[in-house]
Order: sequence, then structure tokens, then C-alpha cells
Amino acid sequence: MCLAVPGKVLDIEERDGTRMATVDFGGVVKEVCLEYLPDLRVGEYAIVHVGFALQRLDEESARQTLELFAELGLLQEEFGDPWETAAMEAAEDAVEEVRK
Amino acid sequence: MKYIDEFQDPELARRLLDDIHATVTRPWALMEVCGGQTHSIIRHGIDQLLPKQLELIHGPGCPVCVTPLEVIDKALEIASRPEVIFCSFGDMLRVPGTGRDLFQVRSEGGDVRVVYSPLDALRIARQNPDRQVVFFGIGFETTAPPNAMTVHQARKLGIANFSMLVSHVRVPPAIEAIMSSPSCRVQGFLAAGHVCSVMGMGEYPGLAERFRVPIVVTGFEPLDILEGVRRAVRQLERGEHTVDNAYARAVRPEGNPAARAMLEDVFEVTDRAWRGIGVIPGSGWRLSSKYRDHDAEHRFQVDGIRTEEPAACRSGEVLQGLLKPHECEAFGTVCTPRTPLGATMVSSEGACAAYYLYRRLDMPAAKAREATPVV
Ligand code: SF4
Repeated sequence: MCLAVPGKVLDIEERDGTRMATVDFGGVVKEVCLEYLPDLRVGEYAIVHVGFALQRLDEESARQTLELFAELGLLQEEFGDPWETAAMEAAEDAVEEVRK
Repeated sequence: MKYIDEFQDPELARRLLDDIHATVTRPWALMEVCGGQTHSIIRHGIDQLLPKQLELIHGPGCPVCVTPLEVIDKALEIASRPEVIFCSFGDMLRVPGTGRDLFQVRSEGGDVRVVYSPLDALRIARQNPDRQVVFFGIGFETTAPPNAMTVHQARKLGIANFSMLVSHVRVPPAIEAIMSSPSCRVQGFLAAGHVCSVMGMGEYPGLAERFRVPIVVTGFEPLDILEGVRRAVRQLERGEHTVDNAYARAVRPEGNPAARAMLEDVFEVTDRAWRGIGVIPGSGWRLSSKYRDHDAEHRFQVDGIRTEEPAACRSGEVLQGLLKPHECEAFGTVCTPRTPLGATMVSSEGACAAYYLYRRLDMPAAKAREATPVV
């Protein structure tokens, strides 16, 4: 949860008086609030944490970090569904029990 | 060097490692503050690639792990109320309170929802005007600004059924507490890069000077960590103690001024208990009086909670770098990520979980003793 993930700004719009963007995190697309980086532009990269852009990042660093996170399984952790993961783990545990 | 081929740029990693090996002439102990760094260090075996004399001590930088049990118990109680929709980040679900966790509350009928952003919780509040929506606001300086903005918006838009259970923590007072402890062995810090990308570096020179420790702002990719270590040991060997930024691509000295301004408006500094460690003065934030209407503790009056930590869990020592996870008797036996006794085993950023995930073969202390013949 504490790790921020770099993403690329796809488009920007004003919503309820708040500057919001659609951001691509290596394939996962999420809504992101730009209030803390109001001059971020479409096509730029930023470090995003829990739906907020916090700092600009250059494209190359962003790409490398995303690759590393994908490899570590951190993207799944950040964006996946924990109820689903829990259900899967419970099923695995059940199979393990039966095997014993 | 068995892991080095897995590095993104093995050649650069080798050069950094060679430099570190050539620099270190005597024993040093560095603490990496951020749980993400711990994860990366263990995953890539960085601690095993470093010179034997150089020890990395895992710090308390996992917000899930340090959230006090009392706050978890308050969350569980609020989440159990029928009128409440309780929203949380996913990694808080399994953190054990006294006797149960949020998963259990949900299976008992509580309306517990996982959100990706605090703004999702605010949206849920707008869509459910007849329910009370409570967001579990934990985290370090990286998470606090998004949460601050959300409370600010709730107030601005007049969303009265939204409140936040706030338990934010701040890194610099934790560094101060660690350095002030008589059992402290830490001689230098790798500061948490993302915290600094928000807060900047202004809080560190005073600490570096007072405790005569180098503080190197460091990212959490393997190469970032090696570079942070390289700069820290170079300072130590030369007897220097300054603040250095090894993560300049994401950290500017002033941080993010807009985020800092919002933090100051919405929160005020308070003493905060850290799970397993105890109260650290000035180490937390709570909502300022201006936002009291959106303070879940005020709205739900959850007092008189009695907490009980499992006696076997030594996560407090782990969080302070006094004990390595696999030295705990419960590690990997009664305590695993599926059946965690302490928060450091629950969160993926927790040191116990990182050891469990990547060092499955490390034996718990009891078994190791059994296996070692007494001479
Ligand atoms: S291994 Fe489990 S019981 Fe031991 S310190 Fe870590 S979380 Fe606590």
C-alpha cells in the first residue's frame, strides 16, 4: 500500500471542481486526482499513490519501475481484488487439507 | 554472486557492489526505513551480496504493521455496526485485532469494502446518503495527503455521512526515537524515497547533525538501494554525516508543496502509539479541530477498548531492528502469512512476510537449535 506506482496520463478533465486524469499503469487504467500536480500534462508520467499523482517522473524511470513491480507481483497486489485472492487462498488451503 | 543476474542492469549492479566492497573497511549497520525497500532487499538477496561487515537492519516503515492494535480494534467495532459501510485499503483486511480481523467482520455480516483510493470511499458516501461511510485512514507521509484531500473535499461538498478513522504516522520522529534508544545499533539511514517525494528533505539535516548519522534518500528498486548503500558507507568511512539524495528523479528538496500545505490544513501533529513499539511523541497526525465533524472517533465514540497482543509475537523487536524475523520462535510455524500472529507477517511490506516469502528454508529459532548438536 505504501508503494507508489508510476503511470502515464491518458487524458485530463475537470470533475466536480477537481482536476482528474485517466492514468495507465502498464495496462491497468485508473482514475487519478491531479490536485497535487496540477500542471501535469497528457503523455507525461507521474508517481501515483492511492489515486493521487504525487511527483513527476521521466518516461524511462517510469517504465523500468513498472516492469520491476509487475515482476514482483506488486501490481496485482495494488490493483487486484483482495476478496478474490482470499477466496483463492482458502480454496488452496482446502486442497492442501484434503491432500493431507 | 548468485542473484546478480536478476538485476535490471547486472553490469551496473556489479560495479556498485564492487565499489561498496572496496569502500567498507569495518563493521557498519544501516537501517532501511521503508517496507518496500525491505521487500526489495530480501527478494533480490541484496543483504547477501553486501560485505559481511555491513548489516542492513529493517526499519519500521510498514504502515500496516505499525498501526496500533487499539486502532484496529476501533476499526473492527465501527465496521460491525449495521449502519456503517467501512472502507479500507486491501492490506488492512487480515491485520489481526484482539481476536478477529476485518475479514471476519465481513463474514459476520459487516459491510466492509476495499477501495483503491480514499476518493472511492467518498463516492460511496455520496451514493449512499442514508448510510455512514467510514474510511480507514492509515499510512505514512505518502498516504496522508490523499487522505487529507478527501476529508477536505467531503467538507467542501458537504458530504456529512463521510468520516475517517485516522491513524497516520510520520517518519522523522520514528528515526529520532530509534536513535535515542540505548539499544540502538543504527549508524546510518536509507530514508524512504516516496515519503520524501511528498515531504522533501527539510526534516533530515537536523537529525543527521544531532545523531551524527548519514541519511541517504533512497528509492526501492535494487539498483537504487545499492546506490543508497554505497553513498551511506562512503560517508561512514569518511566520518561524514550529511543528508544526501540518491533518488533525485522522484525527490525534489522541497517535496510537493501543494500536498504539504493540505496536510497542514487538515491534520495536526499528535503523539501516536506504534504497534509493538509504544508511543512516540509527535509521531502522528490526527484531524484538526476544523474537520472534527469528519472524525470517525468523534462520531462513533469507541472508547473503553481492551486490547491484547499475542504473547508469542515479537514484532516490536523486529520493527526496531533488534530481532530478525526468522529468529522468532513462531516464525513459519504457528505464524505464517495465512495465519499471522502479528502485523509484520500480514502486510506484504512487513519484514516477517518478506522473510517468509523469499526465505522459506530459513528455520525458526527452535528448530535450528534442535538441529544443531550441542557441543
Ligand atoms: S514471525 Fe509472526 S509472531 Fe514472530 S514477530 Fe513476526 S509476526 Fe510476530
